[in-house]
Amino acid sequence: MKTRIVLFLILSLVGVLIASSGGPSTYEYDIAKLEENENLTSDPAFDKMMDVLTHQRCMNCHPTDNIPKQGDDSHPHYFDMARGEENMGFQATQCTTCHQSENNEYSGVPGAPHWSLAPAPMGWQGLNRIEIAERLLSKETNGGKTHEELIAHMTRDELVLWAWEPGVDADGKERTPPPVSKEEFAKAVKDWFKDGAIIPSK
Amino acid sequence: MTKVSLKVNGNSQTIEVEDENTPLLWVIRDMLDLKGTKFGCGKAACGACTLHVDGEAIRSCSYAIKFAEGKEITTIEGLGTKEDPHPVQQAWIEEIVPQCGYCQPGFMMATAALITEVPNPTDEDIDKNIINVCRCATYYRMRKAIHRAAELSRQNEAQGIQNT
Repeated sequence: MKTRIVLFLILSLVGVLIASSGGPSTYEYDIAKLEENENLTSDPAFDKMMDVLTHQRCMNCHPTDNIPKQGDDSHPHYFDMARGEENMGFQATQCTTCHQSENNEYSGVPGAPHWSLAPAPMGWQGLNRIEIAERLLSKETNGGKTHEELIAHMTRDELVLWAWEPGVDADGKERTPPPVSKEEFAKAVKDWFKDGAIIPSK
Repeated sequence: MTKVSLKVNGNSQTIEVEDENTPLLWVIRDMLDLKGTKFGCGKAACGACTLHVDGEAIRSCSYAIKFAEGKEITTIEGLGTKEDPHPVQQAWIEEIVPQCGYCQPGFMMATAALITEVPNPTDEDIDKNIINVCRCATYYRMRKAIHRAAELSRQNEAQGIQNT
């Protein structure tokens, strides 16, 4: 009997506290959202973002074998060009030997500011979307970037934005841009991070 | 019209072009009449058009003239003289490298940049950095000449002689 009274008092107190709070706390809301997202198998913002990151305009410069790729068919860069020590090629033959800060329509050589390979830990070729997202988010592989810095890199960096203005190739043929517009991509990136940057489970 | 001021082989030049994206190669050959730098592929692939912009090897067919504003350009004509050849030119003569010769200025400019950055290049350094194309396949003699040029350059440095 004594136990029942104590239990009644505790439950009453909890009821009063919940009623006076005007709804679930932020903490409870976050937990609920995280639990919901743990079982997330698809996320439109994530999928849209990944449609861009896995496109050859991005992927060609995120190799896992230190060899930059070229073209819509992602063939290895001509003449055995490779990463080098600073992601910029070799001592006397660097990316900038041929690539300038903007596309060259005479030669068909693409260009954008700081043209270079993504650092080796940010190699994505051959990885699935979940593995790419894990590398993107981990400070150990992403160069110590915070979420805010990642958003800035993905939505404002001129080299990233080059993907939507890739120019013409050596045959004068337009390079294929990513399948999602620049604006849609930026929105998807911001939405995904805003929702906690949760990687879908499948 | 766009005006671009630059130095070519030590001489100040002001160029007027209709298109600011005109390749530096065209300006060098057609406007300044320096024919040593060659047109090969026009796609920054073969390296025949290699020259130096502020000391760095650049494929001039893929370099818009607007980027040359205020820069110092060196072509094969400015690398050395007949009386005082650059170590690369001296080595090329000693090893009798050229066959038809068309691509050689590009190779020599690329080599001059290499031995500045890597004074004692290994075969691997050469393979990585000298990626021009020679249809006469003079690669074997070029490799010997590159090692010789590096040796001459180091000798000059030891004697306090600056490479031209």
